[in-house]
Amino acid sequence: MDILDSFLVRAALAGFGVALAAAPLGCFVVWRRMAYFGEATAHASILGIALALSFSTSIFAGVLIITLLMGWTVSTLSGRGYAMDTLLGVMAHSALAIGLVAVSFLQGVRIDLMAYLFGDILAVSRFDLLIVWIGVLLVLLLLWWRWSALLTATLSNDLAYAAGIDPRREQMVLTIALGVVVAVAIKVVGVLLIAALLIIPAAAARPFAGTPERMAFIAAGIGAISAMAGLQAAYIFDTPTGPTIVCVAAACFVLGGLLNLLKGHVAG
Amino acid sequence: MTLISAKNISVNHGNAPVLQNVTLDINAGEIVTIVGPNGSGKSTLLRAFIGATPLKSGTLTRKDGLRIGYVPQKLHIDPTLPISVARFLSLPLRVSASAAKDALEQAGSGALANRQMSDLSGGQFQRVLLARALLGKPELLILDEATQGLDQPGSAAFYREIESLRETLGCAVLMVSHELHVVMAASDRVICLNGHVCCEGTPAVVASAPEYRALFGSGTQGALALYRHDHDHHHHAHDHEHEDA
Repeated sequence: MDILDSFLVRAALAGFGVALAAAPLGCFVVWRRMAYFGEATAHASILGIALALSFSTSIFAGVLIITLLMGWTVSTLSGRGYAMDTLLGVMAHSALAIGLVAVSFLQGVRIDLMAYLFGDILAVSRFDLLIVWIGVLLVLLLLWWRWSALLTATLSNDLAYAAGIDPRREQMVLTIALGVVVAVAIKVVGVLLIAALLIIPAAAARPFAGTPERMAFIAAGIGAISAMAGLQAAYIFDTPTGPTIVCVAAACFVLGGLLNLLKGHVAG
Repeated sequence: MTLISAKNISVNHGNAPVLQNVTLDINAGEIVTIVGPNGSGKSTLLRAFIGATPLKSGTLTRKDGLRIGYVPQKLHIDPTLPISVARFLSLPLRVSASAAKDALEQAGSGALANRQMSDLSGGQFQRVLLARALLGKPELLILDEATQGLDQPGSAAFYREIESLRETLGCAVLMVSHELHVVMAASDRVICLNGHVCCEGTPAVVASAPEYRALFGSGTQGALALYRHDHDHHHHAHDHEHEDA
Protein backbone atom coordinates (compact mmCIF):
# COMPACT_ATOMS: atom_id res chain seq x y z
CA MET A 1 0.00 0.00 0.00
CA ASP A 2 1.24 3.39 -1.05
CA ILE A 3 1.34 6.28 1.37
CA LEU A 4 -0.24 8.50 -1.31
CA ASP A 5 -3.32 6.26 -1.27
CA SER A 6 -4.53 8.16 1.77
CA PHE A 7 -6.59 11.21 0.81
CA LEU A 8 -5.42 12.91 4.00
CA VAL A 9 -1.76 12.52 3.06
CA ARG A 10 -2.46 13.88 -0.40
CA ALA A 11 -4.37 16.80 1.09
CA ALA A 12 -1.57 17.53 3.54
CA LEU A 13 1.09 17.47 0.83
CA ALA A 14 -0.98 19.73 -1.45
CA GLY A 15 -1.70 22.22 1.31
CA PHE A 16 1.91 22.22 2.48
CA GLY A 17 3.19 22.82 -1.05
CA VAL A 18 0.83 25.64 -1.87
CA ALA A 19 1.54 27.37 1.45
CA LEU A 20 5.28 27.04 0.83
CA ALA A 21 5.09 28.83 -2.53
CA ALA A 22 2.39 31.32 -1.62
CA ALA A 23 4.14 32.73 1.44
CA PRO A 24 7.37 34.13 -0.12
CA LEU A 25 5.42 35.33 -3.15
CA GLY A 26 2.95 36.88 -0.71
CA CYS A 27 5.82 38.88 0.80
CA PHE A 28 6.31 40.60 -2.55
CA VAL A 29 2.56 41.09 -2.83
CA VAL A 30 2.63 42.85 0.55
CA TRP A 31 5.82 44.86 -0.05
CA ARG A 32 4.65 46.09 -3.44
CA ARG A 33 1.09 46.74 -2.27
CA MET A 34 -0.24 44.30 -4.81
CA ALA A 35 -2.81 42.78 -2.44
CA TYR A 36 -5.64 43.86 -4.70
CA PHE A 37 -3.77 42.45 -7.69
CA GLY A 38 -3.68 39.06 -5.98
CA GLU A 39 -7.35 39.25 -5.13
CA ALA A 40 -8.27 40.33 -8.66
CA THR A 41 -6.19 37.57 -10.26
CA ALA A 42 -7.91 35.00 -8.09
CA HIS A 43 -11.39 36.27 -8.96
CA ALA A 44 -10.63 36.37 -12.65
CA SER A 45 -9.66 32.72 -12.50
CA ILE A 46 -13.38 31.80 -12.37
CA LEU A 47 -13.48 32.68 -16.06
CA GLY A 48 -10.53 30.34 -16.58
CA ILE A 49 -12.45 27.57 -14.81
CA ALA A 50 -15.52 28.19 -16.99
CA LEU A 51 -13.41 28.08 -20.15
CA ALA A 52 -11.64 24.92 -19.04
CA LEU A 53 -14.96 23.21 -18.34
CA SER A 54 -16.45 24.34 -21.66
CA PHE A 55 -13.52 23.06 -23.66
CA SER A 56 -12.95 20.06 -21.40
CA THR A 57 -9.33 20.96 -20.80
CA SER A 58 -7.49 21.03 -17.50
CA ILE A 59 -8.62 23.60 -14.95
CA PHE A 60 -4.99 24.40 -14.30
CA ALA A 61 -4.32 25.40 -17.91
CA GLY A 62 -7.52 27.43 -18.22
CA VAL A 63 -6.82 29.38 -15.06
CA LEU A 64 -3.18 29.95 -15.96
CA ILE A 65 -4.10 31.35 -19.36
CA ILE A 66 -6.68 33.76 -17.93
CA THR A 67 -4.50 34.97 -15.04
CA LEU A 68 -1.50 35.57 -17.31
CA LEU A 69 -3.72 37.31 -19.85
CA MET A 70 -5.09 39.55 -17.12
CA GLY A 71 -1.65 40.32 -15.70
CA TRP A 72 -0.35 41.18 -19.13
CA THR A 73 -3.35 43.39 -19.99
CA VAL A 74 -3.20 45.26 -16.70
CA SER A 75 0.58 45.82 -16.98
CA THR A 76 0.20 47.07 -20.54
CA LEU A 77 -2.78 49.35 -19.91
CA SER A 78 -1.65 50.82 -16.60
CA GLY A 79 0.08 54.15 -17.01
CA ARG A 80 -2.08 54.92 -20.04
CA GLY A 81 -4.59 57.04 -18.22
CA TYR A 82 -6.06 54.37 -15.94
CA ALA A 83 -5.06 53.79 -12.35
CA MET A 84 -3.97 50.25 -11.56
CA ASP A 85 -6.75 49.56 -9.05
CA THR A 86 -9.44 50.84 -11.43
CA LEU A 87 -8.15 48.58 -14.19
CA LEU A 88 -7.97 45.63 -11.82
CA GLY A 89 -11.49 46.31 -10.60
CA VAL A 90 -12.84 46.40 -14.13
CA MET A 91 -10.95 43.33 -15.32
CA ALA A 92 -11.36 41.13 -12.26
CA HIS A 93 -15.06 41.64 -11.76
CA SER A 94 -15.82 41.48 -15.47
CA ALA A 95 -13.90 38.22 -15.70
CA LEU A 96 -15.67 36.89 -12.59
CA ALA A 97 -19.11 37.86 -13.92
CA ILE A 98 -18.46 36.52 -17.42
CA GLY A 99 -17.13 33.35 -15.84
CA LEU A 100 -20.22 32.86 -13.69
CA VAL A 101 -22.52 33.53 -16.68
CA ALA A 102 -20.49 31.15 -18.82
CA VAL A 103 -20.71 28.42 -16.18
CA SER A 104 -24.52 28.77 -16.14
CA PHE A 105 -24.60 27.94 -19.86
CA LEU A 106 -22.83 24.66 -19.29
CA GLN A 107 -25.66 22.16 -19.62
CA GLY A 108 -25.26 18.55 -18.78
CA VAL A 109 -22.34 18.81 -16.43
CA ARG A 110 -23.44 19.52 -12.90
CA ILE A 111 -20.75 21.75 -11.50
CA ASP A 112 -20.22 22.24 -7.86
CA LEU A 113 -19.27 25.90 -7.90
CA MET A 114 -18.68 25.81 -4.17
CA ALA A 115 -15.73 23.47 -4.71
CA TYR A 116 -14.04 26.13 -6.82
CA LEU A 117 -14.97 29.04 -4.60
CA PHE A 118 -13.83 27.43 -1.34
CA GLY A 119 -11.53 24.66 -2.48
CA ASP A 120 -11.82 20.91 -2.18
CA ILE A 121 -8.52 19.84 -0.73
CA LEU A 122 -9.78 16.43 0.40
CA ALA A 123 -10.49 15.54 -3.22
CA VAL A 124 -6.92 16.13 -4.41
CA SER A 125 -5.91 13.27 -6.71
CA ARG A 126 -2.43 11.95 -7.34
CA PHE A 127 -2.38 13.80 -10.63
CA ASP A 128 -3.53 17.03 -8.93
CA LEU A 129 -0.74 16.59 -6.41
CA LEU A 130 1.81 16.26 -9.20
CA ILE A 131 0.54 19.44 -10.89
CA VAL A 132 0.52 21.32 -7.56
CA TRP A 133 4.12 20.40 -6.79
CA ILE A 134 5.35 21.18 -10.30
CA GLY A 135 3.76 24.62 -9.93
CA VAL A 136 5.17 25.07 -6.43
CA LEU A 137 8.71 24.17 -7.47
CA LEU A 138 8.41 26.39 -10.54
CA VAL A 139 7.40 29.38 -8.42
CA LEU A 140 10.10 28.75 -5.81
CA LEU A 141 12.78 28.40 -8.49
CA LEU A 142 11.59 31.55 -10.22
CA LEU A 143 11.69 33.52 -6.96
CA TRP A 144 15.09 32.13 -6.00
CA TRP A 145 16.54 32.94 -9.41
CA ARG A 146 15.17 36.49 -9.62
CA TRP A 147 15.28 37.27 -5.88
CA SER A 148 17.89 40.02 -5.91
CA ALA A 149 16.50 41.75 -9.00
CA LEU A 150 12.94 41.47 -7.68
CA LEU A 151 13.96 42.99 -4.38
CA THR A 152 15.85 45.85 -6.06
CA ALA A 153 12.90 46.61 -8.32
CA THR A 154 10.58 46.46 -5.31
CA LEU A 155 12.64 49.09 -3.49
CA SER A 156 12.77 51.46 -6.42
CA ASN A 157 12.33 51.27 -10.18
CA ASP A 158 15.08 53.83 -10.69
CA LEU A 159 17.61 51.94 -8.56
CA ALA A 160 16.80 48.89 -10.68
CA TYR A 161 17.26 50.75 -13.96
CA ALA A 162 20.58 52.21 -12.78
CA ALA A 163 21.78 48.67 -12.01
CA GLY A 164 20.73 47.42 -15.44
CA ILE A 165 17.60 45.62 -14.21
CA ASP A 166 14.36 46.17 -16.11
CA PRO A 167 11.62 46.54 -13.44
CA ARG A 168 8.89 45.78 -16.00
CA ARG A 169 10.45 42.38 -16.53
CA GLU A 170 10.50 41.73 -12.78
CA GLN A 171 6.84 42.77 -12.58
CA MET A 172 6.12 40.20 -15.29
CA VAL A 173 8.00 37.53 -13.29
CA LEU A 174 5.75 38.24 -10.31
CA THR A 175 2.63 38.19 -12.49
CA ILE A 176 3.59 34.77 -13.84
CA ALA A 177 4.36 33.44 -10.37
CA LEU A 178 1.04 34.79 -9.12
CA GLY A 179 -0.81 33.13 -11.99
CA VAL A 180 0.79 29.77 -11.22
CA VAL A 181 0.08 30.01 -7.48
CA VAL A 182 -3.57 30.92 -8.10
CA ALA A 183 -3.91 28.04 -10.53
CA VAL A 184 -2.54 25.46 -8.07
CA ALA A 185 -4.22 26.94 -5.00
CA ILE A 186 -7.79 26.75 -6.32
CA LYS A 187 -8.06 23.10 -5.37
CA VAL A 188 -6.67 23.77 -1.89
CA VAL A 189 -8.41 26.90 -0.59
CA GLY A 190 -10.58 28.01 -3.50
CA VAL A 191 -10.81 31.24 -5.45
CA LEU A 192 -12.17 33.35 -2.62
CA LEU A 193 -9.44 32.55 -0.11
CA ILE A 194 -6.27 32.40 -2.22
CA ALA A 195 -5.35 35.99 -1.44
CA ALA A 196 -5.51 35.12 2.26
CA LEU A 197 -2.84 32.44 1.79
CA LEU A 198 -0.63 35.03 0.07
CA ILE A 199 -1.08 37.92 2.44
CA ILE A 200 -1.78 36.61 5.95
CA PRO A 201 1.44 34.57 6.50
CA ALA A 202 3.54 37.47 5.17
CA ALA A 203 1.74 39.97 7.39
CA ALA A 204 2.08 37.66 10.39
CA ALA A 205 5.83 37.27 9.76
CA ARG A 206 6.57 40.99 9.48
CA PRO A 207 7.09 41.83 13.19
CA PHE A 208 9.64 39.02 13.58
CA ALA A 209 11.84 39.73 10.58
CA GLY A 210 14.85 42.00 10.18
CA THR A 211 15.63 41.16 6.57
CA PRO A 212 13.44 40.35 3.56
CA GLU A 213 14.80 36.79 3.42
CA ARG A 214 13.94 36.10 7.03
CA MET A 215 10.44 37.43 6.47
CA ALA A 216 9.98 35.07 3.52
CA PHE A 217 11.20 32.07 5.54
CA ILE A 218 9.06 32.88 8.57
CA ALA A 219 6.05 33.45 6.31
CA ALA A 220 6.64 30.07 4.65
CA GLY A 221 6.80 28.46 8.11
CA ILE A 222 3.57 30.12 9.23
CA GLY A 223 1.90 29.14 5.96
CA ALA A 224 3.00 25.52 6.28
CA ILE A 225 1.90 25.31 9.93
CA SER A 226 -1.47 26.85 9.04
CA ALA A 227 -2.01 24.30 6.27
CA MET A 228 -1.13 21.34 8.51
CA ALA A 229 -2.96 22.54 11.61
CA GLY A 230 -5.94 23.71 9.56
CA LEU A 231 -6.27 20.33 7.91
CA GLN A 232 -6.05 18.62 11.29
CA ALA A 233 -8.63 20.95 12.85
CA ALA A 234 -10.99 20.55 9.91
CA TYR A 235 -10.77 16.77 10.33
CA ILE A 236 -11.43 16.92 14.08
CA PHE A 237 -14.21 19.52 14.06
CA ASP A 238 -15.66 18.52 10.70
CA THR A 239 -15.38 22.04 9.27
CA PRO A 240 -14.68 23.13 5.67
CA THR A 241 -10.94 22.66 5.11
CA GLY A 242 -9.94 25.74 3.10
CA PRO A 243 -11.58 28.25 5.45
CA THR A 244 -10.18 26.38 8.47
CA ILE A 245 -6.64 26.72 7.09
CA VAL A 246 -7.17 30.45 6.63
CA CYS A 247 -8.60 30.70 10.17
CA VAL A 248 -5.42 29.18 11.58
CA ALA A 249 -3.31 31.63 9.56
CA ALA A 250 -5.43 34.50 10.85
CA ALA A 251 -4.94 33.22 14.41
CA CYS A 252 -1.16 33.22 13.80
CA PHE A 253 -1.42 36.82 12.64
CA VAL A 254 -3.32 37.88 15.77
CA LEU A 255 -0.99 35.91 18.04
CA GLY A 256 2.06 37.45 16.37
CA GLY A 257 0.63 40.92 16.74
CA LEU A 258 -0.08 40.34 20.43
CA LEU A 259 3.39 38.92 21.06
CA ASN A 260 4.94 41.89 19.34
CA LEU A 261 2.82 44.27 21.40
CA LEU A 262 3.88 42.48 24.56
CA LYS A 263 7.55 42.56 23.51
CA GLY A 264 7.23 46.30 22.91
CA HIS A 265 5.79 46.79 26.39
CA VAL A 266 8.53 44.79 28.05
CA ALA A 267 11.25 46.60 26.10
CA GLY A 268 9.62 50.00 26.58
CA MET B 1 37.08 60.14 -22.33
CA THR B 2 33.32 60.57 -22.73
CA LEU B 3 31.23 58.40 -20.41
CA ILE B 4 27.77 59.40 -21.56
CA SER B 5 26.85 61.44 -24.57
CA ALA B 6 23.35 62.78 -25.14
CA LYS B 7 22.61 64.19 -28.59
CA ASN B 8 19.45 66.21 -29.11
CA ILE B 9 17.42 64.10 -26.71
CA SER B 10 13.75 64.94 -26.13
CA VAL B 11 11.52 63.36 -23.49
CA ASN B 12 7.75 63.66 -23.08
CA HIS B 13 5.57 62.95 -20.07
CA GLY B 14 2.37 61.89 -21.78
CA ASN B 15 2.00 64.55 -24.43
CA ALA B 16 3.78 67.31 -22.53
CA PRO B 17 7.37 67.88 -23.60
CA VAL B 18 9.72 67.89 -20.61
CA LEU B 19 13.09 67.96 -22.35
CA GLN B 20 13.73 69.33 -25.79
CA ASN B 21 16.89 68.81 -27.84
CA VAL B 22 19.27 68.47 -24.93
CA THR B 23 22.86 67.81 -25.93
CA LEU B 24 25.28 67.02 -23.14
CA ASP B 25 28.49 65.04 -22.67
CA ILE B 26 29.82 63.82 -19.35
CA ASN B 27 33.55 63.19 -19.33
CA ALA B 28 35.54 60.97 -16.99
CA GLY B 29 36.42 62.55 -13.67
CA GLU B 30 34.48 65.82 -13.96
CA ILE B 31 31.83 67.21 -11.62
CA VAL B 32 28.84 68.50 -13.54
CA THR B 33 25.93 70.18 -11.81
CA ILE B 34 22.52 70.72 -13.34
CA VAL B 35 20.58 73.67 -11.99
CA GLY B 36 17.12 74.79 -13.01
CA PRO B 37 13.75 75.81 -11.60
CA ASN B 38 11.08 73.29 -10.53
CA GLY B 39 9.71 71.37 -13.48
CA SER B 40 12.67 72.18 -15.67
CA GLY B 41 13.34 68.49 -16.36
CA LYS B 42 16.42 68.02 -14.17
CA SER B 43 15.37 64.72 -12.64
CA THR B 44 13.98 63.56 -15.96
CA LEU B 45 17.37 64.15 -17.57
CA LEU B 46 19.08 62.04 -14.90
CA ARG B 47 16.44 59.33 -15.30
CA ALA B 48 17.06 59.35 -19.05
CA PHE B 49 20.76 58.86 -18.35
CA ILE B 50 20.15 55.73 -16.27
CA GLY B 51 17.70 54.38 -18.85
CA ALA B 52 14.58 54.78 -16.69
CA THR B 53 12.63 56.90 -19.13
CA PRO B 54 12.22 56.36 -22.86
CA LEU B 55 13.47 59.00 -25.30
CA LYS B 56 11.05 60.57 -27.74
CA SER B 57 13.92 61.44 -30.04
CA GLY B 58 17.67 61.86 -30.03
CA THR B 59 20.41 59.40 -29.11
CA LEU B 60 22.07 58.50 -25.86
CA THR B 61 25.41 56.70 -26.02
CA ARG B 62 27.00 55.15 -23.00
CA LYS B 63 30.57 53.95 -22.77
CA ASP B 64 30.58 50.13 -23.04
CA GLY B 65 29.96 48.57 -19.63
CA LEU B 66 29.69 51.94 -17.91
CA ARG B 67 29.25 51.52 -14.15
CA ILE B 68 26.76 54.01 -12.79
CA GLY B 69 26.17 54.73 -9.12
CA TYR B 70 22.76 56.31 -8.71
CA VAL B 71 21.59 58.17 -5.61
CA PRO B 72 17.88 58.95 -5.96
CA GLN B 73 16.17 62.08 -4.70
CA LYS B 74 14.21 60.12 -2.17
CA LEU B 75 13.53 56.49 -1.60
CA HIS B 76 10.37 55.35 0.08
CA ILE B 77 10.73 51.92 1.63
CA ASP B 78 7.38 50.37 2.41
CA PRO B 79 7.07 49.82 6.18
CA THR B 80 6.08 46.19 5.54
CA LEU B 81 9.55 45.53 4.06
CA PRO B 82 12.12 44.83 6.77
CA ILE B 83 15.62 45.58 5.55
CA SER B 84 18.84 46.26 7.40
CA VAL B 85 21.49 48.66 6.13
CA ALA B 86 23.86 45.74 5.47
CA ARG B 87 21.23 43.91 3.40
CA PHE B 88 20.36 47.06 1.48
CA LEU B 89 24.00 47.54 0.52
CA SER B 90 24.05 44.02 -0.94
CA LEU B 91 21.45 44.86 -3.57
CA PRO B 92 21.50 43.82 -6.31
CA LEU B 93 24.94 42.23 -5.92
CA ARG B 94 26.16 40.58 -2.74
CA VAL B 95 29.08 42.40 -1.16
CA SER B 96 31.31 41.25 1.66
CA ALA B 97 30.80 42.67 5.15
CA SER B 98 34.17 44.41 5.00
CA ALA B 99 33.41 46.02 1.62
CA ALA B 100 30.09 47.25 3.03
CA LYS B 101 31.86 48.66 6.07
CA ASP B 102 34.43 50.45 3.91
CA ALA B 103 31.74 51.98 1.71
CA LEU B 104 29.79 53.18 4.76
CA GLU B 105 32.91 54.80 6.14
CA GLN B 106 33.67 56.39 2.79
CA ALA B 107 30.16 57.82 2.75
CA GLY B 108 30.67 59.11 6.28
CA SER B 109 28.33 56.79 8.14
CA GLY B 110 30.38 54.15 9.91
CA ALA B 111 28.47 52.14 12.49
CA LEU B 112 25.10 51.80 10.76
CA ALA B 113 25.37 48.33 9.21
CA ASN B 114 23.03 46.57 11.62
CA ARG B 115 20.37 49.26 11.81
CA GLN B 116 17.05 49.01 10.01
CA MET B 117 16.71 51.38 7.06
CA SER B 118 13.44 52.63 8.52
CA ASP B 119 15.22 53.77 11.72
CA LEU B 120 17.68 56.09 9.97
CA SER B 121 17.51 59.87 10.01
CA GLY B 122 17.28 61.72 6.70
CA GLY B 123 21.00 62.45 6.62
CA GLN B 124 21.99 58.90 7.52
CA PHE B 125 19.63 57.54 4.88
CA GLN B 126 21.22 59.68 2.16
CA ARG B 127 24.68 58.53 3.24
CA VAL B 128 23.63 54.89 3.05
CA LEU B 129 22.26 55.52 -0.45
CA LEU B 130 25.62 57.05 -1.32
CA ALA B 131 27.50 54.09 0.21
CA ARG B 132 25.39 51.70 -1.87
CA ALA B 133 26.18 53.68 -5.03
CA LEU B 134 29.91 53.57 -4.18
CA LEU B 135 29.93 49.78 -3.75
CA GLY B 136 29.46 49.31 -7.50
CA LYS B 137 32.82 51.11 -8.03
CA PRO B 138 31.10 53.65 -10.26
CA GLU B 139 32.79 55.50 -13.09
CA LEU B 140 29.88 57.92 -12.96
CA LEU B 141 28.08 58.91 -9.79
CA ILE B 142 24.63 60.41 -10.39
CA LEU B 143 23.00 62.31 -7.52
CA ASP B 144 19.46 63.64 -7.74
CA GLU B 145 18.96 66.36 -5.11
CA ALA B 146 20.82 64.12 -2.73
CA THR B 147 20.76 66.63 0.12
CA GLN B 148 17.00 66.96 0.50
CA GLY B 149 16.19 67.10 4.17
CA LEU B 150 19.70 68.15 5.22
CA ASP B 151 20.32 71.58 6.69
CA GLN B 152 22.68 73.91 4.92
CA PRO B 153 25.90 73.06 6.77
CA GLY B 154 24.91 69.39 6.41
CA SER B 155 24.52 69.63 2.67
CA ALA B 156 27.67 71.71 2.32
CA ALA B 157 29.56 68.93 4.14
CA PHE B 158 27.87 66.33 1.92
CA TYR B 159 29.06 68.08 -1.23
CA ARG B 160 32.57 68.47 0.15
CA GLU B 161 32.61 64.72 0.64
CA ILE B 162 31.48 64.22 -2.95
CA GLU B 163 34.38 66.39 -4.02
CA SER B 164 36.87 64.34 -2.02
CA LEU B 165 35.30 61.08 -3.27
CA ARG B 166 35.94 62.24 -6.80
CA GLU B 167 39.58 62.66 -5.86
CA THR B 168 39.92 59.24 -4.19
CA LEU B 169 37.80 57.23 -6.65
CA GLY B 170 38.37 59.23 -9.81
CA CYS B 171 34.71 58.95 -10.79
CA ALA B 172 32.76 61.58 -12.66
CA VAL B 173 29.87 63.15 -10.77
CA LEU B 174 26.61 64.36 -12.28
CA MET B 175 24.26 66.01 -9.86
CA VAL B 176 21.14 68.07 -9.62
CA SER B 177 20.43 70.57 -6.96
CA HIS B 178 18.23 73.42 -5.88
CA GLU B 179 20.94 74.74 -3.62
CA LEU B 180 22.73 76.61 -6.32
CA HIS B 181 25.23 78.46 -4.26
CA VAL B 182 26.29 75.38 -2.31
CA VAL B 183 26.61 73.10 -5.29
CA MET B 184 28.02 75.42 -7.85
CA ALA B 185 31.18 76.13 -5.94
CA ALA B 186 32.12 72.43 -6.06
CA SER B 187 31.49 71.97 -9.79
CA ASP B 188 33.76 71.98 -12.80
CA ARG B 189 30.83 72.70 -15.07
CA VAL B 190 27.30 73.93 -14.48
CA ILE B 191 24.40 73.28 -16.84
CA CYS B 192 21.46 75.61 -16.49
CA LEU B 193 18.39 73.68 -17.60
CA ASN B 194 14.85 74.80 -18.30
CA GLY B 195 13.43 72.16 -20.65
CA HIS B 196 16.45 72.89 -22.80
CA VAL B 197 20.03 73.87 -21.98
CA CYS B 198 19.89 77.63 -21.28
CA CYS B 199 23.56 78.10 -20.67
CA GLU B 200 26.55 76.16 -19.45
CA GLY B 201 30.10 76.74 -18.34
CA THR B 202 32.16 77.17 -15.19
CA PRO B 203 30.20 78.23 -12.08
CA ALA B 204 31.41 81.81 -12.43
CA VAL B 205 30.41 82.00 -16.10
CA VAL B 206 26.94 80.56 -15.48
CA ALA B 207 26.29 82.71 -12.41
CA SER B 208 26.88 85.85 -14.45
CA ALA B 209 25.12 84.63 -17.62
CA PRO B 210 21.99 86.65 -18.45
CA GLU B 211 19.95 83.43 -19.01
CA TYR B 212 20.80 82.24 -15.53
CA ARG B 213 19.98 85.59 -13.96
CA ALA B 214 16.70 85.65 -15.81
CA LEU B 215 15.78 82.31 -14.17
CA PHE B 216 17.13 82.82 -10.68
CA GLY B 217 17.64 86.55 -10.24
CA SER B 218 20.99 87.99 -9.33
CA GLY B 219 20.60 87.43 -5.58
CA THR B 220 22.26 84.02 -5.68
CA GLN B 221 25.60 85.55 -6.45
CA GLY B 222 25.74 86.99 -3.00
CA ALA B 223 24.90 83.59 -1.59
CA LEU B 224 27.73 82.03 -3.58
CA ALA B 225 30.15 84.43 -1.94
CA LEU B 226 28.60 83.65 1.44
CA TYR B 227 29.12 79.95 0.87
CA ARG B 228 32.77 80.41 0.04
CA HIS B 229 33.14 82.26 3.28
CA ASP B 230 31.25 79.57 5.22
CA HIS B 231 33.24 76.79 3.65
CA ASP B 232 36.03 76.71 6.23
CA HIS B 233 33.91 76.92 9.32
CA HIS B 234 31.83 73.77 9.32
CA HIS B 235 33.85 70.69 10.01
CA HIS B 236 32.10 67.34 10.06
CA ALA B 237 30.93 67.89 13.62
CA HIS B 238 27.21 67.64 12.76
CA ASP B 239 27.45 63.95 11.81
CA HIS B 240 28.94 62.55 14.91
CA GLU B 241 25.94 62.99 17.12
CA HIS B 242 23.93 60.67 14.82
CA GLU B 243 26.49 57.94 14.85
CA ASP B 244 26.43 57.44 18.57
CA ALA B 245 22.71 56.83 18.57
